[in-house]
Amino acid sequence: MFKFLQDDPAREWVNIFIDGEAVLVPDQISVAAAVLYQKKGFTRMTPVNAAPRAPLCMMGVCYECLMVIDGQANRRACQETVKEGMKIERQMGAGEQS
Amino acid sequence: MKSHYSLVIIGSGPAGLAAATLAADHGLDVALLDEQNQPGGQIFRNMESMPASRVEILGGDYQRGQELVEAFRASDAHYFPETRVWSLNTQGEMGLIEQGMARMISADKVLIANGAMERPVPFPGWTLPGVMYAGAGQILFKQAGLVPMDGVVLAGSGPLLLLLAWQYIRAGVTIQAILDTAPLTNLLRALPHLPRALMAHHYITKGLEYQNEIKRAGVPIIKGISSLEAQGEMSLERVSYRKGLQRQQIETQCLLTHFGVIPHVYLSRAAGLKHHWDHHQQCLRPVSDEWGETSSRTLFIAGDGGGIGGARSAEHAGRLAAFQILYQQEMLTKQQRNQLAKSDRQWMREDLHIRPFLERLFHLPPALLNRLPDNTIVCRCEEITAGEIRREIASGHDHSNQVKFITRSGMGACQGRQCSQAVAQIVADQSNQVISSQSLYRVRPPVASLSLGQLASLFPEEQE
Repeated sequence: MFKFLQDDPAREWVNIFIDGEAVLVPDQISVAAAVLYQKKGFTRMTPVNAAPRAPLCMMGVCYECLMVIDGQANRRACQETVKEGMKIERQMGAGEQS
Repeated sequence: MKSHYSLVIIGSGPAGLAAATLAADHGLDVALLDEQNQPGGQIFRNMESMPASRVEILGGDYQRGQELVEAFRASDAHYFPETRVWSLNTQGEMGLIEQGMARMISADKVLIANGAMERPVPFPGWTLPGVMYAGAGQILFKQAGLVPMDGVVLAGSGPLLLLLAWQYIRAGVTIQAILDTAPLTNLLRALPHLPRALMAHHYITKGLEYQNEIKRAGVPIIKGISSLEAQGEMSLERVSYRKGLQRQQIETQCLLTHFGVIPHVYLSRAAGLKHHWDHHQQCLRPVSDEWGETSSRTLFIAGDGGGIGGARSAEHAGRLAAFQILYQQEMLTKQQRNQLAKSDRQWMREDLHIRPFLERLFHLPPALLNRLPDNTIVCRCEEITAGEIRREIASGHDHSNQVKFITRSGMGACQGRQCSQAVAQIVADQSNQVISSQSLYRVRPPVASLSLGQLASLFPEEQE
């Protein structure tokens, strides 16, 4: 659904894991941007209706991008920057600490 | 970070950057706190590490940010990125999370410069992946160079929609259509304010230039649409809307909506500042004067967080607040203040001429909220529909706080940021009230999520 502009040749790439799958993404971008770049562009399943949700505002006010990042639940993916080896999981329901 | 500063500024957009630079250059002990990892706010996001070609695409207004950020970096102001404020009071005491750690600090004066957020307007299907705010599209573009791959539909109304369309076209993104929800009567209501608006004509010139470029690119602009819907199973598959008597649809995987921006008032409300409902901007805004003074002697406000004026206005408002703070801290005489602030005050007055025209042109039609189908989700976090809210209003609960207690709407992670206005509007319409400063959910600290562990770490002596 989203693609990267080829406007930054100096860009460095990092390896991250989204639900266990290794993906290569540019460094310095937010976790939410990295997830939107995937085919499955959603960040969580809701606690009540188990409906998929994706980032809405990208500026930290909508809380739709809550994910489990390096074992910690309820992190806003739009406010976290990707780091080499980061483990990211789509948050299912209310988000238990894993 | 020290535990006390003369001035703490919250937010590093144009207002915060301009205020911090000016106050520090006059010798004030200033700390600037910001959530992002780079200065610039949402408008000048990613300023310091953006490739030149992307800066070029974003246009001249964006380049202004470079000057602001450079001046700020050259100043003596202390800068604390990745720092969130979760409480603030009129004594100038603040609770922060700085790089994951909670702490309390205080200041003689605090300038709130936390800016605006998208006006949340629920519509059927707005929770589907693939539906985002136009501002989010722009942030992805600025921060990650990420753009829609297989076309995008833009819907709503407001200057940002045109700007984003113009920027996307320059970046080679296919825009399938622009669906304009502004009723045609808006233009008639705006026209009497056009002569005054022409005193700030650069905005109008720019708007027309965007529109021309969009037309030249062959993007269909469909005006006067209603009943916008996003449809799909697990993610967006098509956008449906009504034009005249006919329902039309467009197959797409990406819909970006925009219904204007509103001040992000959670911090100013949690601090207990006086607010009023602005019927033209259709939002709550803190009561403040030309110098950014609020109902508290300690707290100041500047930029879009105090009322929508745009990035250039924010910069001048930030400087005016800094001048007033320097005067109150006895670092400038009244005469010096007036002399130095002259051009900023004049600029502000001239710039504000555009607002009545824009506010009427992009006025949100009330039908968007009060004719929402019953099965539309209004509170995204707790998954509460318009029908559930209306049922409680019908049984006699005529305030959004009561609706909140009974349905849980507004009790989720976003603390009501996304549904507060819609719920207040639905309550007002159904119970024949006029929306006012008292209509929205009550706001209490903490206004940012923090863990019990982080909170407890503030009181180490009480732990085992």
